Amino acid sequence: MKELVVISGKGGTGKTSIVAAFAALAASKVMADCDVDAADLHLVLDPHIRQCETFTGGSVARIKIDICERCDVCRNLCRFDAIDRNFKVDEIACEGCGVCHDVCPCGAVELVTKTAGEWYISDTRQGVMVHAKLGIAEENSGKLVSLVRSQARRIAEENDLELVIIDGSPGIGCPVIASMTGVDLVLAVTEPTLSGIHDLERVAGLGKHFGSRMVVCVNKWDINPEMTERIVNWCSSEGIAVVGKVSFDSIVTKAQIAGVSVIEYSSGNAAMEIKRMWLCIAREMELKNIA
Amino acid sequence: MKIAISAAGKDLDSQVDPRFGRAAGFVIYNTENKTSEYIANAQNLNAVQGAGIQSARIISGTGAKVLITGHCGPKAFTALKAAGIKIFPGADGTVREAIMKLATDNLAEAAGADVAGHWA
Amino acid sequence: MNEGTIIAIASGKGGTGKTTVAVNMAAALSRASISVRLMDCDVEEPNAHIFLQPIMTSREGAFVSVPVVDEEKCDGCGRCGEACRFSAIVALGAKAITFPALCHSCGGCIMACPKKAITESSREIGLIEKGTSQGIEFIHGYLKIGEAMSPPLIRAVKKQAAYDGVTIIDAPPGTSCPVIQAIRGSDYVILVTEPTPFGLHDLDLAVETVRQLGIPCGVVVNRVGMGDARTHDYCAVNDIPIIGEIRDDRRIAEAYSRGELIIDALPHLQEEFLGIMTRAKTGMRKKERKGELL
Repeated sequence: MKELVVISGKGGTGKTSIVAAFAALAASKVMADCDVDAADLHLVLDPHIRQCETFTGGSVARIKIDICERCDVCRNLCRFDAIDRNFKVDEIACEGCGVCHDVCPCGAVELVTKTAGEWYISDTRQGVMVHAKLGIAEENSGKLVSLVRSQARRIAEENDLELVIIDGSPGIGCPVIASMTGVDLVLAVTEPTLSGIHDLERVAGLGKHFGSRMVVCVNKWDINPEMTERIVNWCSSEGIAVVGKVSFDSIVTKAQIAGVSVIEYSSGNAAMEIKRMWLCIAREMELKNIA
Repeated sequence: MKIAISAAGKDLDSQVDPRFGRAAGFVIYNTENKTSEYIANAQNLNAVQGAGIQSARIISGTGAKVLITGHCGPKAFTALKAAGIKIFPGADGTVREAIMKLATDNLAEAAGADVAGHWA
Repeated sequence: MNEGTIIAIASGKGGTGKTTVAVNMAAALSRASISVRLMDCDVEEPNAHIFLQPIMTSREGAFVSVPVVDEEKCDGCGRCGEACRFSAIVALGAKAITFPALCHSCGGCIMACPKKAITESSREIGLIEKGTSQGIEFIHGYLKIGEAMSPPLIRAVKKQAAYDGVTIIDAPPGTSCPVIQAIRGSDYVILVTEPTPFGLHDLDLAVETVRQLGIPCGVVVNRVGMGDARTHDYCAVNDIPIIGEIRDDRRIAEAYSRGELIIDALPHLQEEFLGIMTRAKTGMRKKERKGELL
């Protein structure tokens, strides 16, 4: 069982559209939507949820105001300015460190475990999908990502499925790191813009930092062919293979509006280029079940 | 000598739990008097982060000097080394079978983590 | 904080045009002789400097505090580990050891140690640069690659300014803790979206996020014409003002790809960005700035 993660560095380069296309192309797979605070893959895959579980994050402090002696020790020692003048804890600012609980002389502080979100196992027309919803303003997205991934791996193993396709999130922080560690291949989707190149270099640096094998796709490459060439040359100098160049095609948005992947909607340029890229990735990963 | 084995169940005939940080629990086998006890790891399953570190602390507290498990990540490895515990990953089958493998030199001691860490 | 105006630009979905709106608004205001500052808080992937090309005047490391154990004083009692909810310090073997990357810098272990064996040291998490561009005061942060947590660096970036005049904060994408850290304490949040199903879905999450923080918001729809009308319908039904629109235009995409300001490529857009600012000001409730800025 192998894992492929699709990330980007810069947001909006087309990760989810490409993952949805791969879901339609791969024969033996489980999907994992690890973009847990802005998940979109379900809008294309139309999941029917068969299992729903709550996800607990860290804790927050709550002060029992009738016991509180207003000695101010907690407020003075809280490094996150989370306790206001009325001894009410701002749950968004609170880190759950427990210092207020430990120093309170009258036991007025309790630490409460937060329900931080939900995760789901669903059936889709393309197979099983594991996905999640992180609560608004929550932390611990890394933990939820790890959970979604480990469930997807478990389902793949139990059902003898060859591949887990992970839809990652933008950036280089904890949810991205959690989606990347230990995968067999990282596909970085970029666009031919100065921002895209800048962010690709950072995310490639992240891949190197974790020793991940990375390949690149240039999406909407014809918006700026010179910039595309610059990316291709840079990848070459870094020993990173470019597995696909996908043209800008308004059909991709039309497919999204229709609620399907571009592969199911069209057989035009973008669809063909994504198919070619999929075959390239399948070869890179030595997959047995291609399509 | 006490050996800790990450276990899905409570006794020597239970399956080895391949995870360390989020193992269901640990069977602690005493090679001197051939007895075993079980320590649960439930509080760790929901840990936000550092599950491997906490598991290391738990088994260190039992006096175990050897750990047999499936996989061991980098933070867990550091923690176990600090506690002076030798790590033998790659085990499967039952707890009893894993101990036999160790006794017959069929498990290799880990020089480092054998899996990437989870952020979380 | 003093009399200035703080506007955060956020989105939910990545790639909708936050940075485009932030930098072009800043440039348009500056050209209209308004004192403006741009703070790029997308510290994982900062891009604003690409378009504004500031001349940097300072660069400093950003640090968080982490515990250091004095092994001579430590007797391995483990109270530090009991105090730590993040497993960043734990007594194993005879001494306490630390895992600095897990530390949230709460100071709990230091307070818990009966032998006063723990002191604070610093760990570098990134860097902060300041400069100016076209009369705009510019500040951004770069998270060190491999660092998992961006909120402490975002907090450090936000500490850098005086907040007089207009401050525009370019926030990261998403709805979780980095975004919160970037937008909290603002007078107004501009949510930039694209008129597609993904854009709309994430816009809804972003609106909920901003409402939880109690900050007034308005929407700028970017690339109008490339998708459908559901976003406009959503805003109407939910009483969310649309304070700006940018029509889809390949020339904009091409200028953006070259790192150019779109108000240079299509000068008629200058008026649109000034208009966005005016409409944002109308929606602000400045005297009741909600919540802590940092």
